[in-house]
Amino acid sequence: MAIIEIQKLTHEYKEYDEENREREVVRALSDVNLNIEEGSFVVILGHNGSGKSTLAKHVNALLMPTEGAVYVCGKNTAEEADSWKIRKDAGMIFQNPDNQIIGNVVEEDVAFGPENVGVPQDELSERVAMALEKAGMEAFRMESPNRLSGGQKQRVAVAGILALKPKCILMDEPTAMLDPSGRREVLNTVHELNRKEGITVLLITHYMEEAVRADRVIVMDEGHPVMDGTPKEIFARVDELKEYHMTVPCVTELAYELKKAGVALPDGILTKDELADALLKAREDSKEQSGADKA
Amino acid sequence: MIRDITLGQYYDADSVIHKLDPRVKLAFTIIYIVSLYVGNTVWTFLGAAAFLCVVIALTKVPVRFMLRGMKSILVLLIISALFNLFLVSGEPLIQWKFITITKEGVRMAGLMIVRLILLVMGTSLMTLTATPNELTDGLEKSLSFLKIFRIPVHAFGMMMNIALRFIPILIREVQQIMKAQEARGADFESGGLIKKAKAMVPLLIPLFVSAFRRANDLAQAMEARCYHGDEGRTKLHPLKYQKRDLIAYLILLLYLGAMIAQAVLIR
Repeated sequence: MAIIEIQKLTHEYKEYDEENREREVVRALSDVNLNIEEGSFVVILGHNGSGKSTLAKHVNALLMPTEGAVYVCGKNTAEEADSWKIRKDAGMIFQNPDNQIIGNVVEEDVAFGPENVGVPQDELSERVAMALEKAGMEAFRMESPNRLSGGQKQRVAVAGILALKPKCILMDEPTAMLDPSGRREVLNTVHELNRKEGITVLLITHYMEEAVRADRVIVMDEGHPVMDGTPKEIFARVDELKEYHMTVPCVTELAYELKKAGVALPDGILTKDELADALLKAREDSKEQSGADKA
Repeated sequence: MIRDITLGQYYDADSVIHKLDPRVKLAFTIIYIVSLYVGNTVWTFLGAAAFLCVVIALTKVPVRFMLRGMKSILVLLIISALFNLFLVSGEPLIQWKFITITKEGVRMAGLMIVRLILLVMGTSLMTLTATPNELTDGLEKSLSFLKIFRIPVHAFGMMMNIALRFIPILIREVQQIMKAQEARGADFESGGLIKKAKAMVPLLIPLFVSAFRRANDLAQAMEARCYHGDEGRTKLHPLKYQKRDLIAYLILLLYLGAMIAQAVLIR
Protein backbone atom coordinates (compact mmCIF):
# COMPACT_ATOMS: atom_id res chain seq x y z
CA MET A 1 0.00 0.00 0.00
CA ALA A 2 1.22 3.49 -0.71
CA ILE A 3 1.90 5.37 2.51
CA ILE A 4 2.16 8.71 0.73
CA GLU A 5 -0.03 9.51 -2.23
CA ILE A 6 0.50 12.73 -4.11
CA GLN A 7 -2.11 13.54 -6.72
CA LYS A 8 -1.78 16.34 -9.24
CA LEU A 9 -0.05 18.50 -6.65
CA THR A 10 0.62 22.10 -7.65
CA HIS A 11 2.08 24.74 -5.37
CA GLU A 12 2.44 28.42 -6.09
CA TYR A 13 4.35 30.97 -4.04
CA LYS A 14 3.20 34.54 -4.42
CA GLU A 15 5.80 37.26 -4.30
CA TYR A 16 4.73 40.72 -3.18
CA ASP A 17 6.37 44.07 -3.79
CA GLU A 18 6.65 46.88 -1.21
CA GLU A 19 3.05 48.00 -1.69
CA ASN A 20 1.72 44.50 -1.11
CA ARG A 21 0.77 44.05 -4.74
CA GLU A 22 1.25 40.69 -6.28
CA ARG A 23 4.38 40.92 -8.33
CA GLU A 24 4.98 37.40 -9.41
CA VAL A 25 3.58 33.94 -8.96
CA VAL A 26 6.25 31.28 -8.66
CA ARG A 27 5.25 27.74 -9.44
CA ALA A 28 7.35 25.62 -7.10
CA LEU A 29 5.54 22.40 -7.94
CA SER A 30 3.41 21.66 -10.94
CA ASP A 31 1.20 18.65 -11.43
CA VAL A 32 3.19 16.17 -9.35
CA ASN A 33 1.92 12.59 -9.16
CA LEU A 34 3.81 10.25 -6.85
CA ASN A 35 3.17 7.20 -4.70
CA ILE A 36 5.62 6.22 -1.99
CA GLU A 37 5.40 2.58 -0.88
CA GLU A 38 5.42 1.71 2.79
CA GLY A 39 8.82 0.58 4.08
CA SER A 40 10.78 1.89 1.14
CA PHE A 41 13.80 4.19 1.18
CA VAL A 42 13.21 6.90 -1.38
CA VAL A 43 15.68 9.63 -2.30
CA ILE A 44 14.54 12.79 -4.02
CA LEU A 45 17.33 14.52 -5.90
CA GLY A 46 17.33 17.93 -7.43
CA HIS A 47 19.38 21.08 -7.67
CA ASN A 48 18.43 24.26 -5.78
CA GLY A 49 14.97 25.51 -6.63
CA SER A 50 13.78 22.25 -8.12
CA GLY A 51 10.88 22.12 -5.66
CA LYS A 52 12.10 19.21 -3.59
CA SER A 53 11.87 20.99 -0.22
CA THR A 54 8.41 22.32 -1.04
CA LEU A 55 7.34 18.76 -1.74
CA ALA A 56 8.53 17.58 1.68
CA LYS A 57 6.69 20.38 3.46
CA HIS A 58 3.50 19.29 1.72
CA VAL A 59 3.85 15.77 3.01
CA ASN A 60 4.23 17.16 6.55
CA ALA A 61 1.17 19.43 6.17
CA LEU A 62 3.35 22.50 6.71
CA LEU A 63 2.17 23.76 3.32
CA MET A 64 -1.26 23.42 1.72
CA PRO A 65 -1.66 22.48 -1.93
CA THR A 66 -2.67 25.22 -4.35
CA GLU A 67 -4.17 22.46 -6.46
CA GLY A 68 -4.32 18.69 -6.10
CA ALA A 69 -4.09 16.68 -2.91
CA VAL A 70 -1.60 14.85 -0.69
CA TYR A 71 -2.58 11.81 1.35
CA VAL A 72 -0.40 10.51 4.18
CA CYS A 73 -1.51 7.16 5.62
CA GLY A 74 -4.85 7.79 3.95
CA LYS A 75 -5.36 11.21 5.55
CA ASN A 76 -5.69 14.34 3.46
CA THR A 77 -3.17 17.02 4.47
CA ALA A 78 -5.71 19.73 3.64
CA GLU A 79 -7.85 18.63 6.60
CA GLU A 80 -6.67 20.85 9.40
CA ALA A 81 -8.09 18.55 12.06
CA ASP A 82 -5.82 15.74 10.85
CA SER A 83 -2.60 17.73 10.62
CA TRP A 84 -1.34 16.60 14.09
CA LYS A 85 -1.97 12.98 13.21
CA ILE A 86 -0.15 13.41 9.93
CA ARG A 87 2.83 15.05 11.58
CA LYS A 88 2.95 12.23 14.10
CA ASP A 89 2.96 9.60 11.34
CA ALA A 90 5.38 11.47 9.11
CA GLY A 91 8.04 13.23 11.17
CA MET A 92 10.32 15.74 9.55
CA ILE A 93 14.03 16.45 9.98
CA PHE A 94 15.29 19.83 8.79
CA GLN A 95 18.56 21.04 7.40
CA ASN A 96 19.98 23.11 10.25
CA PRO A 97 20.60 20.95 13.32
CA ASP A 98 20.67 23.97 15.68
CA ASN A 99 17.36 25.37 14.56
CA GLN A 100 15.26 22.31 15.32
CA ILE A 101 16.38 21.41 18.81
CA ILE A 102 14.05 22.92 21.38
CA GLY A 103 15.18 21.40 24.68
CA ASN A 104 18.13 22.51 26.78
CA VAL A 105 18.93 18.89 27.59
CA VAL A 106 18.91 16.06 25.04
CA GLU A 107 16.22 14.06 26.87
CA GLU A 108 13.98 17.16 27.11
CA ASP A 109 14.26 17.68 23.39
CA VAL A 110 13.46 14.07 22.55
CA ALA A 111 10.43 14.26 24.84
CA PHE A 112 9.13 17.43 23.17
CA GLY A 113 7.11 15.66 20.45
CA PRO A 114 5.41 13.08 22.69
CA GLU A 115 4.72 15.81 25.27
CA ASN A 116 2.88 17.77 22.62
CA VAL A 117 0.60 14.90 21.68
CA GLY A 118 -0.11 14.22 25.35
CA VAL A 119 1.63 10.89 25.92
CA PRO A 120 1.06 10.02 29.62
CA GLN A 121 3.92 10.99 31.89
CA ASP A 122 4.97 7.49 32.96
CA GLU A 123 5.28 6.43 29.32
CA LEU A 124 7.32 9.49 28.29
CA SER A 125 10.53 8.36 29.91
CA GLU A 126 10.30 4.94 28.22
CA ARG A 127 9.71 6.55 24.86
CA VAL A 128 12.73 8.81 25.29
CA ALA A 129 14.93 5.84 26.20
CA MET A 130 13.60 3.83 23.24
CA ALA A 131 14.11 6.66 20.76
CA LEU A 132 17.62 7.49 21.98
CA GLU A 133 18.61 3.86 21.80
CA LYS A 134 17.37 3.45 18.23
CA ALA A 135 19.24 6.59 17.19
CA GLY A 136 22.34 5.35 19.04
CA MET A 137 22.43 8.40 21.31
CA GLU A 138 21.60 6.88 24.71
CA ALA A 139 24.99 7.95 26.12
CA PHE A 140 24.11 11.61 25.57
CA ARG A 141 20.75 11.63 27.35
CA MET A 142 21.68 14.25 29.94
CA GLU A 143 24.00 16.34 27.74
CA SER A 144 23.36 19.88 26.57
CA PRO A 145 22.72 19.92 22.80
CA ASN A 146 25.26 22.74 22.50
CA ARG A 147 28.06 20.32 23.33
CA LEU A 148 27.21 17.88 20.52
CA SER A 149 28.66 17.72 17.02
CA GLY A 150 26.47 18.43 13.99
CA GLY A 151 25.97 14.75 13.23
CA GLN A 152 25.06 14.02 16.83
CA LYS A 153 22.57 16.89 16.85
CA GLN A 154 20.89 15.49 13.74
CA ARG A 155 20.68 12.10 15.43
CA VAL A 156 19.04 13.79 18.42
CA ALA A 157 16.57 15.29 15.96
CA VAL A 158 15.97 11.78 14.54
CA ALA A 159 15.40 10.48 18.07
CA GLY A 160 12.96 13.35 18.66
CA ILE A 161 10.94 12.13 15.68
CA LEU A 162 11.26 8.44 16.64
CA ALA A 163 9.79 9.21 20.06
CA LEU A 164 6.53 9.97 18.24
CA LYS A 165 6.59 6.42 16.78
CA PRO A 166 6.25 7.56 13.16
CA LYS A 167 5.60 5.34 10.14
CA CYS A 168 7.61 7.61 7.92
CA ILE A 169 10.54 10.03 8.28
CA LEU A 170 10.95 12.95 5.92
CA MET A 171 14.39 14.48 5.74
CA ASP A 172 14.96 17.82 4.08
CA GLU A 173 18.67 17.98 3.25
CA PRO A 174 19.60 16.71 6.70
CA THR A 175 23.29 16.46 5.88
CA ALA A 176 23.84 19.74 4.02
CA MET A 177 25.47 21.39 7.04
CA LEU A 178 27.48 18.40 8.26
CA ASP A 179 31.04 17.26 7.69
CA PRO A 180 31.59 13.94 5.86
CA SER A 181 31.78 11.84 9.03
CA GLY A 182 28.60 13.46 10.39
CA ARG A 183 26.89 12.74 7.08
CA ARG A 184 27.85 9.09 7.21
CA GLU A 185 26.69 8.89 10.82
CA VAL A 186 23.23 10.28 10.05
CA LEU A 187 22.75 8.24 6.87
CA ASN A 188 23.78 5.00 8.56
CA THR A 189 21.28 5.70 11.32
CA VAL A 190 18.35 6.20 8.96
CA HIS A 191 19.30 3.26 6.76
CA GLU A 192 19.31 1.06 9.82
CA LEU A 193 15.94 2.40 10.94
CA ASN A 194 14.56 1.68 7.50
CA ARG A 195 15.94 -1.86 7.48
CA LYS A 196 15.24 -2.87 11.08
CA GLU A 197 12.10 -0.96 11.96
CA GLY A 198 10.56 -0.82 8.50
CA ILE A 199 10.16 2.95 8.71
CA THR A 200 9.59 4.58 5.35
CA VAL A 201 12.26 7.18 4.61
CA LEU A 202 11.91 10.05 2.20
CA LEU A 203 15.33 11.67 1.92
CA ILE A 204 15.71 14.94 0.07
CA THR A 205 19.23 15.85 -0.92
CA HIS A 206 21.46 17.19 -3.61
CA TYR A 207 24.30 14.79 -2.86
CA MET A 208 23.98 11.97 -5.36
CA GLU A 209 26.22 9.72 -3.26
CA GLU A 210 23.43 9.55 -0.70
CA ALA A 211 21.10 8.02 -3.27
CA VAL A 212 23.32 5.01 -3.93
CA ARG A 213 21.83 2.84 -1.17
CA ALA A 214 18.20 3.85 -1.78
CA ASP A 215 15.41 1.61 -3.06
CA ARG A 216 14.17 4.26 -5.39
CA VAL A 217 15.48 7.56 -6.71
CA ILE A 218 13.35 10.41 -8.01
CA VAL A 219 15.00 13.36 -9.76
CA MET A 220 13.13 16.66 -9.65
CA ASP A 221 13.59 19.58 -11.99
CA GLU A 222 11.54 22.76 -12.16
CA GLY A 223 8.83 21.46 -9.88
CA HIS A 224 8.46 18.19 -11.69
CA PRO A 225 9.70 14.65 -11.19
CA VAL A 226 11.72 14.00 -14.34
CA MET A 227 13.39 10.67 -13.60
CA ASP A 228 12.19 7.82 -11.39
CA GLY A 229 13.73 4.42 -10.84
CA THR A 230 16.25 2.33 -8.91
CA PRO A 231 19.70 3.91 -8.35
CA LYS A 232 21.16 1.62 -11.01
CA GLU A 233 18.65 2.71 -13.60
CA ILE A 234 19.01 6.37 -12.79
CA PHE A 235 22.79 6.45 -12.65
CA ALA A 236 23.07 4.71 -15.98
CA ARG A 237 21.62 7.82 -17.59
CA VAL A 238 24.60 10.08 -16.93
CA ASP A 239 24.00 12.50 -19.80
CA GLU A 240 20.40 13.01 -18.81
CA LEU A 241 21.36 13.67 -15.17
CA LYS A 242 23.84 16.29 -16.28
CA GLU A 243 21.09 18.02 -18.19
CA TYR A 244 19.30 18.49 -14.86
CA HIS A 245 22.43 20.04 -13.31
CA MET A 246 23.22 17.00 -11.19
CA THR A 247 26.79 15.98 -10.46
CA VAL A 248 27.15 12.25 -10.87
CA PRO A 249 29.33 10.35 -8.32
CA CYS A 250 32.94 10.12 -9.52
CA VAL A 251 32.91 6.34 -9.82
CA THR A 252 29.76 6.32 -11.88
CA GLU A 253 31.08 9.00 -14.18
CA LEU A 254 34.42 7.22 -14.63
CA ALA A 255 32.64 3.96 -15.48
CA TYR A 256 30.40 5.80 -17.88
CA GLU A 257 33.31 7.43 -19.68
CA LEU A 258 35.26 4.14 -19.83
CA LYS A 259 32.26 2.45 -21.34
CA LYS A 260 31.95 5.19 -23.93
CA ALA A 261 35.63 4.67 -24.76
CA GLY A 262 34.98 1.03 -25.49
CA VAL A 263 35.56 -0.89 -22.24
CA ALA A 264 32.90 -3.54 -21.77
CA LEU A 265 31.27 -2.41 -18.49
CA PRO A 266 27.70 -2.80 -17.25
CA ASP A 267 25.42 0.22 -16.77
CA GLY A 268 24.98 2.17 -13.53
CA ILE A 269 28.08 1.36 -11.50
CA LEU A 270 27.68 3.00 -8.10
CA THR A 271 30.58 2.05 -5.83
CA LYS A 272 34.35 1.69 -6.11
CA ASP A 273 34.19 -2.05 -5.39
CA GLU A 274 31.65 -2.58 -8.11
CA LEU A 275 33.85 -0.75 -10.60
CA ALA A 276 36.93 -2.69 -9.56
CA ASP A 277 35.10 -6.01 -9.97
CA ALA A 278 33.65 -4.98 -13.30
CA LEU A 279 37.06 -3.91 -14.59
CA LEU A 280 38.67 -7.19 -13.55
CA LYS A 281 35.89 -9.10 -15.21
CA ALA A 282 36.23 -7.00 -18.36
CA ARG A 283 39.95 -7.81 -18.49
CA GLU A 284 39.35 -11.56 -18.06
CA ASP A 285 36.72 -11.45 -20.76
CA SER A 286 38.95 -9.62 -23.18
CA LYS A 287 41.79 -12.14 -22.47
CA GLU A 288 39.48 -15.02 -23.16
CA GLN A 289 38.33 -13.23 -26.26
CA SER A 290 41.88 -12.76 -27.55
CA GLY A 291 42.73 -16.34 -26.55
CA ALA A 292 39.78 -17.56 -28.56
CA ASP A 293 40.81 -15.39 -31.48
CA LYS A 294 44.31 -16.88 -31.51
CA ALA A 295 43.00 -20.39 -31.43
CA MET B 1 34.64 40.29 25.92
CA ILE B 2 31.48 38.53 24.85
CA ARG B 3 32.76 35.18 26.03
CA ASP B 4 32.53 36.35 29.62
CA ILE B 5 28.75 36.22 29.66
CA THR B 6 27.84 33.01 31.41
CA LEU B 7 24.33 31.73 31.64
CA GLY B 8 23.19 32.59 35.13
CA GLN B 9 25.51 31.56 37.91
CA TYR B 10 24.28 28.09 38.70
CA TYR B 11 26.62 26.17 40.99
CA ASP B 12 26.14 22.43 40.66
CA ALA B 13 26.19 20.65 44.00
CA ASP B 14 24.37 17.74 45.58
CA SER B 15 22.56 19.45 48.44
CA VAL B 16 19.14 19.48 50.09
CA ILE B 17 18.55 23.00 48.82
CA HIS B 18 19.42 22.06 45.23
CA LYS B 19 16.86 19.26 45.32
CA LEU B 20 14.03 21.55 46.42
CA ASP B 21 11.28 22.47 44.01
CA PRO B 22 12.13 25.75 42.20
CA ARG B 23 8.86 27.21 43.46
CA VAL B 24 10.17 26.90 47.01
CA LYS B 25 13.25 28.84 45.98
CA LEU B 26 11.12 31.57 44.45
CA ALA B 27 9.08 31.76 47.66
CA PHE B 28 12.29 31.87 49.70
CA THR B 29 13.54 34.86 47.71
CA ILE B 30 10.32 36.83 48.17
CA ILE B 31 9.98 35.98 51.86
CA TYR B 32 13.61 36.80 52.50
CA ILE B 33 13.32 40.23 50.87
CA VAL B 34 10.17 40.95 52.90
CA SER B 35 11.86 39.82 56.13
CA LEU B 36 14.70 42.31 55.60
CA TYR B 37 12.21 45.15 55.64
CA VAL B 38 10.00 44.18 58.57
CA GLY B 39 12.21 45.92 61.09
CA ASN B 40 15.06 48.34 61.43
CA THR B 41 16.74 47.02 64.54
CA VAL B 42 19.97 45.13 64.95
CA TRP B 43 17.93 42.07 65.90
CA THR B 44 16.18 41.97 62.52
CA PHE B 45 19.49 41.83 60.73
CA LEU B 46 21.04 39.39 63.16
CA GLY B 47 18.08 37.08 62.65
CA ALA B 48 18.18 37.40 58.87
CA ALA B 49 21.94 36.88 58.79
CA ALA B 50 21.74 33.80 61.00
CA PHE B 51 19.02 32.27 58.81
CA LEU B 52 21.00 33.03 55.68
CA CYS B 53 24.14 31.45 57.13
CA VAL B 54 22.27 28.23 57.85
CA VAL B 55 20.80 28.12 54.32
CA ILE B 56 24.17 28.87 52.71
CA ALA B 57 25.77 26.11 54.74
CA LEU B 58 23.05 23.72 53.52
CA THR B 59 23.57 24.64 49.85
CA LYS B 60 27.23 23.55 49.90
CA VAL B 61 28.05 26.52 47.67
CA PRO B 62 31.56 27.78 48.53
CA VAL B 63 31.51 31.15 50.29
CA ARG B 64 33.79 32.74 47.71
CA PHE B 65 31.03 32.19 45.11
CA MET B 66 28.69 34.13 47.33
CA LEU B 67 31.23 36.91 47.81
CA ARG B 68 31.91 37.16 44.09
CA GLY B 69 28.51 38.79 43.67
CA MET B 70 29.46 41.43 46.23
CA LYS B 71 32.08 42.92 43.93
CA SER B 72 29.50 44.12 41.45
CA ILE B 73 27.50 46.01 44.08
CA LEU B 74 30.51 47.61 45.78
CA VAL B 75 29.92 51.00 44.13
CA LEU B 76 26.24 50.91 45.03
CA LEU B 77 27.14 50.09 48.62
CA ILE B 78 29.58 52.97 48.92
CA ILE B 79 27.20 55.49 47.36
CA SER B 80 24.23 54.51 49.53
CA ALA B 81 26.44 54.51 52.64
CA LEU B 82 27.77 57.99 51.85
CA PHE B 83 24.29 59.36 51.24
CA ASN B 84 23.09 58.06 54.58
CA LEU B 85 26.22 59.17 56.34
CA PHE B 86 26.03 62.79 55.24
CA LEU B 87 22.37 63.46 54.67
CA VAL B 88 20.58 61.95 57.66
CA SER B 89 19.85 64.64 60.20
CA GLY B 90 20.07 64.16 63.96
CA GLU B 91 22.51 64.45 66.82
CA PRO B 92 25.84 65.67 65.34
CA LEU B 93 28.87 63.47 65.89
CA ILE B 94 31.58 65.15 63.84
CA GLN B 95 31.38 68.62 62.37
CA TRP B 96 33.94 69.92 59.90
CA LYS B 97 33.14 73.00 57.79
CA PHE B 98 29.83 72.23 56.04
CA ILE B 99 30.04 68.45 56.58
CA THR B 100 28.12 67.06 59.49
CA ILE B 101 28.05 63.39 60.38
CA THR B 102 25.29 62.44 62.75
CA LYS B 103 24.87 59.49 65.05
CA GLU B 104 21.71 58.47 63.21
CA GLY B 105 23.57 58.83 59.94
CA VAL B 106 26.24 56.33 61.01
CA ARG B 107 23.61 53.91 62.21
CA MET B 108 21.54 54.21 59.04
CA ALA B 109 24.59 53.80 56.82
CA GLY B 110 25.60 50.68 58.72
CA LEU B 111 22.11 49.18 58.52
CA MET B 112 21.83 50.01 54.84
CA ILE B 113 25.08 48.25 54.02
CA VAL B 114 24.11 45.17 56.00
CA ARG B 115 20.66 45.11 54.42
CA LEU B 116 22.02 45.40 50.88
CA ILE B 117 24.61 42.69 51.46
CA LEU B 118 22.02 40.31 52.90
CA LEU B 119 19.62 41.17 50.08
CA VAL B 120 22.10 40.39 47.33
CA MET B 121 23.36 37.22 49.00
CA GLY B 122 19.85 36.01 49.72
CA THR B 123 18.55 36.56 46.22
CA SER B 124 21.65 35.13 44.56
CA LEU B 125 21.01 31.87 46.41
CA MET B 126 18.09 31.27 44.06
CA THR B 127 20.17 31.57 40.91
CA LEU B 128 23.05 29.65 42.46
CA THR B 129 20.94 26.62 43.33
CA ALA B 130 18.43 26.47 40.47
CA THR B 131 19.15 26.36 36.73
CA PRO B 132 17.49 29.01 34.58
CA ASN B 133 15.25 26.29 33.14
CA GLU B 134 14.09 25.13 36.55
CA LEU B 135 13.30 28.71 37.46
CA THR B 136 11.34 29.20 34.24
CA ASP B 137 9.39 26.03 34.96
CA GLY B 138 8.77 27.16 38.51
CA LEU B 139 7.59 30.59 37.42
CA GLU B 140 5.35 29.13 34.75
CA LYS B 141 3.74 26.79 37.24
CA SER B 142 3.34 29.34 40.03
CA LEU B 143 1.90 31.95 37.70
CA SER B 144 -0.44 29.54 35.92
CA PHE B 145 -3.38 30.97 37.86
CA LEU B 146 -3.04 34.02 35.59
CA LYS B 147 -4.48 31.88 32.80
CA ILE B 148 -7.98 32.79 33.94
CA PHE B 149 -7.14 36.37 32.97
CA ARG B 150 -6.17 35.03 29.53
CA ILE B 151 -2.50 35.75 30.08
CA PRO B 152 -0.52 33.20 28.03
CA VAL B 153 1.72 31.99 30.84
CA HIS B 154 2.73 28.81 29.02
CA ALA B 155 3.76 30.74 25.91
CA PHE B 156 5.94 33.05 27.99
CA GLY B 157 7.57 30.06 29.67
CA MET B 158 8.25 28.45 26.30
CA MET B 159 9.70 31.72 25.01
CA MET B 160 12.02 31.95 28.02
CA ASN B 161 13.20 28.38 27.53
CA ILE B 162 13.88 28.90 23.84
CA ALA B 163 15.67 32.18 24.55
CA LEU B 164 17.90 30.38 27.03
CA ARG B 165 18.64 27.67 24.50
CA PHE B 166 19.57 30.15 21.78
CA ILE B 167 21.76 32.50 23.82
CA PRO B 168 24.95 30.42 23.38
CA ILE B 169 24.15 29.87 19.69
CA LEU B 170 23.69 33.58 19.06
CA ILE B 171 26.85 34.43 21.00
CA ARG B 172 28.80 32.07 18.75
CA GLU B 173 27.18 33.74 15.77
CA VAL B 174 28.19 37.23 16.96
CA GLN B 175 31.76 36.01 17.26
CA GLN B 176 31.64 34.66 13.73
CA ILE B 177 30.23 37.90 12.34
CA MET B 178 32.86 39.89 14.26
CA LYS B 179 35.63 37.75 12.83
CA ALA B 180 34.20 38.04 9.33
CA GLN B 181 34.05 41.83 9.63
CA GLU B 182 37.47 42.07 11.27
CA ALA B 183 38.88 40.09 8.38
CA ARG B 184 37.62 42.85 6.13
CA GLY B 185 39.15 45.62 8.25
CA ALA B 186 36.50 46.42 10.85
CA ASP B 187 37.91 47.62 14.17
CA PHE B 188 36.17 46.62 17.40
CA GLU B 189 39.10 47.07 19.76
CA SER B 190 40.37 50.67 19.65
CA GLY B 191 38.69 53.93 20.60
CA GLY B 192 36.58 55.03 23.51
CA LEU B 193 33.33 53.60 24.75
CA ILE B 194 31.20 55.48 22.23
CA LYS B 195 33.38 54.50 19.30
CA LYS B 196 33.29 50.86 20.40
CA ALA B 197 29.52 50.99 20.76
CA LYS B 198 29.20 52.48 17.29
CA ALA B 199 31.37 49.71 15.86
CA MET B 200 28.83 47.21 17.19
CA VAL B 201 25.96 48.56 15.07
CA PRO B 202 27.00 46.77 11.87
CA LEU B 203 26.96 43.54 13.87
CA LEU B 204 23.31 43.92 14.75
CA ILE B 205 21.83 43.73 11.28
CA PRO B 206 23.31 40.40 10.22
CA LEU B 207 22.59 39.09 13.71
CA PHE B 208 18.93 40.08 13.52
CA VAL B 209 18.55 38.65 10.03
CA SER B 210 19.93 35.34 11.16
CA ALA B 211 17.90 35.36 14.38
CA PHE B 212 14.69 35.83 12.40
CA ARG B 213 15.66 33.05 10.04
CA ARG B 214 16.36 30.76 12.97
CA ALA B 215 13.05 31.71 14.59
CA ASN B 216 11.22 30.81 11.39
CA ASP B 217 13.03 27.47 11.12
CA LEU B 218 12.39 26.68 14.75
CA ALA B 219 8.70 27.50 14.49
CA GLN B 220 8.40 25.06 11.60
CA ALA B 221 10.35 22.40 13.45
CA MET B 222 8.09 22.84 16.47
CA GLU B 223 4.95 22.57 14.37
CA ALA B 224 6.36 19.52 12.62
CA ARG B 225 6.64 17.95 16.07
CA CYS B 226 2.98 18.61 16.80
CA TYR B 227 3.44 21.66 19.04
CA HIS B 228 0.14 23.46 19.56
CA GLY B 229 0.41 25.30 22.86
CA ASP B 230 -0.13 23.73 26.24
CA GLU B 231 -3.52 22.24 25.45
CA GLY B 232 -3.35 18.53 26.22
CA ARG B 233 0.39 18.72 26.77
CA THR B 234 2.17 16.40 29.20
CA LYS B 235 5.60 16.91 30.72
CA LEU B 236 8.60 14.60 31.07
CA HIS B 237 9.51 15.99 34.48
CA PRO B 238 6.47 17.80 35.86
CA LEU B 239 7.00 19.82 39.02
CA LYS B 240 5.60 17.87 41.94
CA TYR B 241 5.91 18.82 45.60
CA GLN B 242 7.78 16.31 47.76
CA LYS B 243 7.70 16.05 51.50
CA ARG B 244 10.92 18.07 51.76
CA ASP B 245 9.30 20.95 49.86
CA LEU B 246 6.47 21.12 52.37
CA ILE B 247 8.94 21.11 55.24
CA ALA B 248 10.86 23.92 53.54
CA TYR B 249 7.67 25.94 53.18
CA LEU B 250 6.93 25.38 56.86
CA ILE B 251 10.40 26.57 57.86
CA LEU B 252 10.01 29.63 55.65
CA LEU B 253 6.68 30.51 57.27
CA LEU B 254 8.12 30.01 60.74
CA TYR B 255 11.03 32.23 59.84
CA LEU B 256 8.77 34.97 58.52
CA GLY B 257 6.54 34.70 61.59
CA ALA B 258 9.51 34.95 63.93
CA MET B 259 10.88 37.96 62.09
CA ILE B 260 7.55 39.79 62.20
CA ALA B 261 7.11 38.89 65.86
CA GLN B 262 10.50 40.25 66.86
CA ALA B 263 9.90 43.42 64.83
CA VAL B 264 6.60 44.00 66.63
CA LEU B 265 7.91 43.10 70.08
CA ILE B 266 11.30 44.85 70.03
CA ARG B 267 10.87 48.46 69.15
